Amino acid sequence: MTNQPLLEVRDLQTVFELDEGTVKAVDGVSFDVYPGRVLGIVGESGCGKSVTIKSVLRLIEEPGRIANGAIRFRSKILGNSSAEMVDLVQLPAKSAQLRALRGNEIALIPQEPMAAFSPVHTIGNQLMEVIQLHQPVSNEEAKKIAVNRLKEVGVPNPEGAMDRYSWELSGGLRQRAMIGMALTCDPLLLIADEPTTAIDVTTQAQVLSLLRKLQQEHQTSIIFITHDLGVIAQLADDVVVMYLGKVMESGPVDQIFHNPQHPYTRALLRSIPTVHTKNRSRLPTISGSIPHPFQKRSGCPFVARCQEALPQQKCANQAPVLKAINEHQSVSCFLHQGGGNVS
Amino acid sequence: MTSQTTLSSEARENVKDEAFDVAPNWKLVWWRFKKHRLALVSAFVLFGIILIALFPDFFSIQDPNKSSARESFMPPQGISFFHDGSFQVHVKPLKGKRNPTTLKMEWGVDKKRILPLRFFTSGYEYEVFGLFKTDLHLFGIEKPSARNSFHLLGTDRLGRDQWSRLMHGTRVSLSIGLVAVGLSIFLGILLGGISGYYGGWPDLVIQRLIEILQSLPPIPIWMALTAALPRDWTVEQTYFAITLILSLLGWTTLGREVRGRFLSLREEDFVMAAKLSGCSQSRIIFRHMLPTFTSHIIATSTLAIPVMIINETFLSFLGLGLRPPAISWGVLLQEAQNLQSIALAPWLLLPGLAVIFTVLALNILGDGLRDAADPYS
Amino acid sequence: MSVESTQSKLTANTPMPPERLLDVKQLKKYFPIRKGFFKSVVGQVRSVDGVTFHLNQGETLGLVGESGCGKTTTSRCLLRAINPTSGEIRYRQADGQLVDVTKLASDELRPLRREMQMIFQDPFASLNPRMNLLDLVGEPLLVNGVANRKERSDRVADLLRLVGLRPEYMRRFPHAFSGGQRQRIVIARALALNPRLVVADEPVSALDVSVQAQVLNLLLDLQEQLKLTYLFVAHDLSVVRHISDRVAVMYVGRIVEMSPTDELFLAPKHPYTAALLSAVPVADPRIRSKMQPLEGDVPSPSNPPSGCHFHPRCPFATELCRQQAPDLEEVQPNHFVACHRQAELSLLGVSEPT
Ligand SMILES: Nc1ncnc2c1ncn2[C@@H]1O[C@H](COP(=O)(O)OP(=O)(O)OP(=O)(O)O)[C@@H](O)[C@H]1O
Ligand SMILES: Nc1ncnc2c1ncn2[C@@H]1O[C@H](COP(=O)(O)OP(=O)(O)O)[C@@H](O)[C@H]1O
Ligand code: SF4
Ligand code: SF4
Ligand SMILES: [Mg+2]
Ligand SMILES: [Mg+2]
Repeated sequence: MTNQPLLEVRDLQTVFELDEGTVKAVDGVSFDVYPGRVLGIVGESGCGKSVTIKSVLRLIEEPGRIANGAIRFRSKILGNSSAEMVDLVQLPAKSAQLRALRGNEIALIPQEPMAAFSPVHTIGNQLMEVIQLHQPVSNEEAKKIAVNRLKEVGVPNPEGAMDRYSWELSGGLRQRAMIGMALTCDPLLLIADEPTTAIDVTTQAQVLSLLRKLQQEHQTSIIFITHDLGVIAQLADDVVVMYLGKVMESGPVDQIFHNPQHPYTRALLRSIPTVHTKNRSRLPTISGSIPHPFQKRSGCPFVARCQEALPQQKCANQAPVLKAINEHQSVSCFLHQGGGNVS
Repeated sequence: MTSQTTLSSEARENVKDEAFDVAPNWKLVWWRFKKHRLALVSAFVLFGIILIALFPDFFSIQDPNKSSARESFMPPQGISFFHDGSFQVHVKPLKGKRNPTTLKMEWGVDKKRILPLRFFTSGYEYEVFGLFKTDLHLFGIEKPSARNSFHLLGTDRLGRDQWSRLMHGTRVSLSIGLVAVGLSIFLGILLGGISGYYGGWPDLVIQRLIEILQSLPPIPIWMALTAALPRDWTVEQTYFAITLILSLLGWTTLGREVRGRFLSLREEDFVMAAKLSGCSQSRIIFRHMLPTFTSHIIATSTLAIPVMIINETFLSFLGLGLRPPAISWGVLLQEAQNLQSIALAPWLLLPGLAVIFTVLALNILGDGLRDAADPYS
Repeated sequence: MSVESTQSKLTANTPMPPERLLDVKQLKKYFPIRKGFFKSVVGQVRSVDGVTFHLNQGETLGLVGESGCGKTTTSRCLLRAINPTSGEIRYRQADGQLVDVTKLASDELRPLRREMQMIFQDPFASLNPRMNLLDLVGEPLLVNGVANRKERSDRVADLLRLVGLRPEYMRRFPHAFSGGQRQRIVIARALALNPRLVVADEPVSALDVSVQAQVLNLLLDLQEQLKLTYLFVAHDLSVVRHISDRVAVMYVGRIVEMSPTDELFLAPKHPYTAALLSAVPVADPRIRSKMQPLEGDVPSPSNPPSGCHFHPRCPFATELCRQQAPDLEEVQPNHFVACHRQAELSLLGVSEPT
C-alpha cells in the first residue's frame, strides 16, 4: 500500500431531515480506497452502508443532504495532474462533471438489478447505448464490444442474450449483465451494493468468482457492500465495519478476522453461525437489538450492547473517535484510546 | 451529576415512547393527519357545512320557498360593522325604483336607515327532525317587512331569499353525496369482498360486471336513466331514484379496490397465521382483513363524495335530476342558466362557489386521510 | 418422467415406528398455470414433486435448498395451509392415534391445528399491526375456548416471559418492537396452544446478523424445555448446521439427500449437496476457497429437466441420469440419497469443526 489512495472519504456526514426528526444516517465516516484493491464495507441493516456509497456517487436526494465532510477522488478526467484530487462534495449536484465521472470512472452495481435495467429495451440495446455514450463508435462496433463484454462476464450464448429483455433473464444472469454494463467503460472504481444478497448461494458463488477474476484482470478498485462476513472474507482486501452510521473498525481483512480490536467486531464474529461447528451448539450472542435511528444518543453507539464497556459511564457519555492503532488498523473505542486500562 | 441528568432524560424519553408503543392504529392515523394543516382546516370547514346540512332552517333567514314578486332580483346586501363610529353589526336596506324606460326594478341603498343584525333571533317557525317546533335562527333582522328586508345573497327571479335556499340546497346536495357514497361503499365492499375472498366463478361474474359498468360512458347513461324517471314522481321519489342511480354506477372503483385488497391480504402471513391458529372465517374477515383497510375505504369514499355532488349538480343543472320545488345546488344553478339572468343578477352564480368550496374541502380532506391512513408505510 | 419410480423403500406401507411423529410420503403440490381470457390451464408448476421424509419426536429436521425449490410449499402442505395435490402425511396425535392430514376435512383439522404451529419468515408481515401483544398472543387461546380474560392475560404473560420478553409489554403494538423481538412474539403466539410440532419457515432469514443467534438459541432452549419437534426450513446452511439433528436437501421439488447433520456436512453423498456446501463463503480470509461454482441456473419447476433434475449442472452426469430419475435410497443407516452414482463418488464436505 505504498501508492496513494484513489478515493479518500473524510468525516462524511449525511443526514435526512424528516418530520419525526433528523436521522444521521452517516455520521463521520472516513476510509480510503487504494488502486487495485477491494474495500469491503460490512454492517447490519440500516447502519448506513447504502447511504455512504450514495453520498460518494452524489445520489442523495431530498430530504437528505451531505452535511459535512470531503470525498476526494483522483479523477483522470477532472484532475489536471495525477497528483490532484477532486472533492466530489464541492461539485454542483447536477453538474456535467459529476455525470461524466459516474459513467466513466465510477460505476455502480445496484442491489436490485431488475430496477436498473429498463424493461422495454433489450439488454443489447441498453449495453450499446452505454457504450456509445462514452465512446464514439459505430453501431456494429458497439455491438461487438457489447457481445464481448457479455462473453467476458460469462453469459452463455451472448449473441442470443443481446436480444433478450432483463425480465427474461434469471437473477444470476441479470446480475452478470449488470456487471458487464458497469464494466463497459473500464471504470477506475466499481461500487457494488450487496450485489449478491438477493440471489442464492450457488449463484452468489458464480458472481463472486466472476468479480474476483475481473478484478484481477482489470486491476479495478472495488467498494463491496454486504452484511455477510463470509463474502467479505472471500473477496475483500480491506474492511470497514460500520454500526449506526459510524465506522467501528477498519483495516486489512486478515487483521479484522484474526485480530479484531473493536468489541463490536469481536462480538459479531463470535455470533455468526458457520458451517464449521458441531450441530445443536449454542451461539454466543450480542444482547439487545440495534437502536432505532431516531433515538437520540450520546456516547458510544454500541454502549448498550457492549460487554466490554468501561466503568463510570465513560462510554455512555462520551463518543469515541476513529483512531489509528497501528499502521493499517483504526478503531473507534475507548479501550484503545487510553480512556481506560484494558483489563 | 451528569449521569443523573442523562438518566432522567432517558426516562422521559421512555415515557414518551410509551404513548407511541401502545397507540392503536386510529391514534397513529390521527397523529399523522394532524400534521396535515390544510386537511385539518378542511375538516373544520366540512364540519360547518355538515351542521348546515343538519339544521338548514336554523341558518336560514327566511322560508326558502316564500316568494314575493316585488322583491325579484335583489342584489346581495353586505354586512357592515360600524355605524356612526361605534360598533354595530347592521345591514343597509335596499330601495327599489322601477326604471321608466326598461320597466325593470333598480335597487339602490337606502342610506338614511340601518337595519341592525340580531343573533339568535326568532323568525319563521320550523320543525327540527319532526321532533319539536321552534323559530330560533342564527341571525336575522327584527321584524322583516317589504320595506325592511334582508337578503344576504340577494334574491332570485321569484324574489326568494338565495341565502336560505342555499342552506336548504346544502342539505339535499350533501346528503345525496353521502347517501350515494354510502350505498356505493356497501355495494363495493359486499361485491368486491365476495369477489376477492372467495374467487372462483363469483369473482369472474363480478369482474365482468365491473368491466361492463366501467366501459359505459357515464354521462349519457345518467342522462338516459334520469330522463326516464316519471315526471309525476314526488320530490322524495326522484331524490331516492337519483341517489340509487348514482351509486349503482359508482360502486365499481371501490369494488375493484376492495377486491384487490382482499386478494393481496389473503396471501398475507398474518392472515395465514390467523387461519392456522384456528380462527373462524368470519373472524379472519372482520377482525383481520377489514380493519387493515378501513382507513383506506374512508379516504377513498371521502374522495368519492365530491364526485357524487358534482354529478348531482350536473344532472340537476341540466334539468334531468332534481326539479323544483326541490332545492339543491344544481337546481339553484339552473336559475343562472341563461345569459340574461347572469348579466342581470350575477349573484345567482354564488351557489357555484358553495359547490367549489365543498368539493375542494372534501378533496383536501380525502388526500390528508389517504396520506395518514397507512402509518406502517 | 416416471413418478412411480421415485417411490422409495421408505414409503413402503409399513406401520409407523413408535418414535415417529410425522411420516410424509410422495407429497406433491402442483400449481396450475393459467393463461388467456378464459383462464384455461396451460401447464403446471411442480413446486413439490414427490417428497418423502419423516420427523421423529423431539428432533429438528432442517430442510435446505435454494429459493423456489419448494421448501415453503412443502411446509405449508404439512399444516394444510394449502391443500396438497397428492401424497400422504401421517401424523401421530397426542393420544397416539394416527391420522392422514391430507384426508381430513377442514372441521376435522381444527383440533389438529392446536398441535401443529408455524413460524413465518417475515416478522413484520406475520403479526397483524392492528392488534396489541395481548390480542396477538392471546388470539389462539381465545378462538380455542379460553374465554376468561384474566386467565388469558396470565397465560400470555407466561408466554412472553418464556420467549424473553417482558410481560409489561402486553399492551404494546407490534410497531414498537424490532425484528428480533417481533420474531419472539411470533414464537410466543405459536407456542400458545402447547403445540407438539412447530414448522419454522426461514425464521431467522429476515433478522439482523447480530440478532439471529439470539433467536436460534431461544429455539434450541424452547425445544428442550417443551419437548418440541421442529421442521426448520432455511436456505442458509450455517444456520441449519447449528440447529438441526438431521438435514434434508431439496432441489427442484424433490429431496436429494437426507441424513444426520454432521454426516451430511462432513461427508455429503449427493453432488448437489457437495456443490451447495462448497458455495458457502467461509468467514475466514485465510481459507480463500477454491470456489468452483456450479454452472448454470436452478431450473424452473414448471419445466424441470428429464431424469435427475440436477443433470444439466452435475459434473458427474451420465446418459442414465438424463433418462431416469434416481430413487431416494437409504445407502447407510439413516442416510438417504437420490443419485445413480453415489456409490462410486467420493465428495468433499466442509472441514471438521475446530
Ligand atoms: N431516503 C431516505 N429517507 C429517510 N431516511 C433514510 C433514507 N435512506 C436511508 N435512510 C436511513 O438511513 C439509515 C441508513 O440506511 P442505509 O440504506 O444506508 O442502510 P444499509 O446499511 O444500506 O442497510 P441494508 O443492509 O438494509 O441495505 C437508515 O436508518 C435509514 O432508515
Ligand atoms: N401459489 C402459487 N402459485 C403458483 N406457483 C407457486 C405458488 N406458490 C409457490 N409457487 C411456485 O412453487 C415453487 C416453490 O416455491 P416455494 O415453496 O415458495 O419455494 P421456497 O420456499 O423453497 O423458496 C416456486 O417456483 C414458486 O414460484
Ligand atoms: S467505546 Fe466503550 S461501549 Fe463503545 S465499544 Fe468501546 S468499550 Fe464498548
Ligand atoms: S443422478 Fe447423475 S446427474 Fe443426478 S446427481 Fe447423481 S450423478 Fe449427478
Ligand atoms: Mg443497503
Ligand atoms: Mg420460501
